[in-house]
Amino acid sequence: MTSIGTGYDLANSIFSPDGRNFQVEYAVKAVENGGTSIGIRCKDGVVLAVEKLVTSKLLKPHANKRIATVDRHLGVVYSGMIPDGRHFVERARDEARAWRDTFKTPISTADLASRMGGYMQAYTLYQSVRPFGITAIVGGFDSTRELPVDGEVGSGPACGAGGKVPGKSHGGPALYMIEPSGLYWGYYGAATGKGRQAAKAELEKLDLGGPGGPALSLEEAVKEAARIIYVAHDDDKEFELEMTWISDVDGPTKGLHQEVPKALREEAKRLAKKAQEEKMEE
Amino acid sequence: MDHRPQAWGRPRDDIYGAYDGSYLQNSGPKTATQSPVVTGTSVIAIKFKDGVVMAADNLASYGSLARFTDVKRLRPFLDTSIVGFGGDVSDMQFLDRHLNELAIDESYEHESTSAAAASPEGQGEQGAATSAPAGKLNAANLHKYLSKLMYRRRNDFDPLWNQILVAGFDGQTKPFLASVDLRGTTFSSPSLATGFGAMLAQPIMRKYAATEEDAARLTRDEAVNVVKECMKVLFYRDARSLDRYSIAVVTKDGVELSENEQLEKQSWAFAERIRGYGTQTV
Repeated sequence: MTSIGTGYDLANSIFSPDGRNFQVEYAVKAVENGGTSIGIRCKDGVVLAVEKLVTSKLLKPHANKRIATVDRHLGVVYSGMIPDGRHFVERARDEARAWRDTFKTPISTADLASRMGGYMQAYTLYQSVRPFGITAIVGGFDSTRELPVDGEVGSGPACGAGGKVPGKSHGGPALYMIEPSGLYWGYYGAATGKGRQAAKAELEKLDLGGPGGPALSLEEAVKEAARIIYVAHDDDKEFELEMTWISDVDGPTKGLHQEVPKALREEAKRLAKKAQEEKMEE
Repeated sequence: MDHRPQAWGRPRDDIYGAYDGSYLQNSGPKTATQSPVVTGTSVIAIKFKDGVVMAADNLASYGSLARFTDVKRLRPFLDTSIVGFGGDVSDMQFLDRHLNELAIDESYEHESTSAAAASPEGQGEQGAATSAPAGKLNAANLHKYLSKLMYRRRNDFDPLWNQILVAGFDGQTKPFLASVDLRGTTFSSPSLATGFGAMLAQPIMRKYAATEEDAARLTRDEAVNVVKECMKVLFYRDARSLDRYSIAVVTKDGVELSENEQLEKQSWAFAERIRGYGTQTV
């Protein structure tokens, strides 16, 4: 990198003459060392998965969760510096709560991504702080139904809360990825961390952005997510697969962000390992 | 010039006259809520062998005016408990939003009952790491929390003007039923009623479940019938009641809440024999 010795990388909020912020670029490097995280937005929900690298045999299996719930219908997974991620999650929960306080309704995934994008971007502006060493994937399912207002006492107007265009669908699965610069886009499938190249290549093969919306079902997406984490994994290290999912109210999670049930996770792991072995034989 | 600093910056007495101290309301101590405004009447509940039944009508009165007739006064919590509110409806709304916040805080530990129930071996892997129902906020915990909250508000001389029944299960997964009122007083009994129900419904319920042993023999259908009978008596004799009501049954499988029940088989024959008030001339 050309930044070394030029002095333009010594502080945040200083541009180099060719228009780069080196501190942000170094933060991206920190992300690239973290365990792979992916998110898949499919027909009837969102799946989040992470390759949790086991750094010590003294750590209790399945404890120390890496995927966090922000609101009932929202989950966050991140790669990079875990304490930075924890702080990100804490802030996201505060934002979701503040939204509910103000509007008496759950925050949409897009609004949360926007607020958190703004928050991360603020950490690229000042001398006194450093950028977040994480890339976060935010997944959620915004209810497609008419939701009661929080604390609603009666049944409300028969026409519902309003603001809906007839004949248009509202809500649905959503997936966003936020980078250390504060940049965020909505994605069909998102990957970050060490194995992101391999994971992205695999995600591109899935039917996620077809003309009638994604064709992949939630259960298939769980299996693909497990397979992709196994594909992206660098063999000589121990890891644990952690997965969560979010469906609509009539789906398996009833609109909540929840851990994938053990039976389905084990099945997905079995299929992932099988696919891995078949590839080895070829 | 007036050289007394205490006179500076004030309207001059020689032009405007002396300040009228009555605009400062120093006529008594600071007062918070002195009486409820929009109110709900009785909530009744009875334990049976595998759970608790609770009911409350759908009326919110403004004084003696039947102001709102579609008010939901039974609120499920985490799909494991039910909270019934008598008294001030706006305070109920405040508490409901507060409990909603509490429920979201609970979901941060994202082992969920429904995901665990969906998987065949729901008890999770390697012991207590995952969803032991004992680790979740149960009705007994919720009641303790509410009683502390109500007592604290009473000590602030700013009470939440409610009588609350909490039904669900305790730590030993036994049916749980307890009440707390605006003073923070708590009661627990096989059957409980607030407001007018304490006079009119409680004796009827005691006939069926005077002791815990009696309650443990009661079937679900018997308990539901007792509650429906009590709702009918309350509608006959309580002038602030309605024939539309909500009924909730809490069992180990969750909360079944039906919010639009109609009182059936009413008989007003007894009314003819009532003498002494009303429009009769005799």
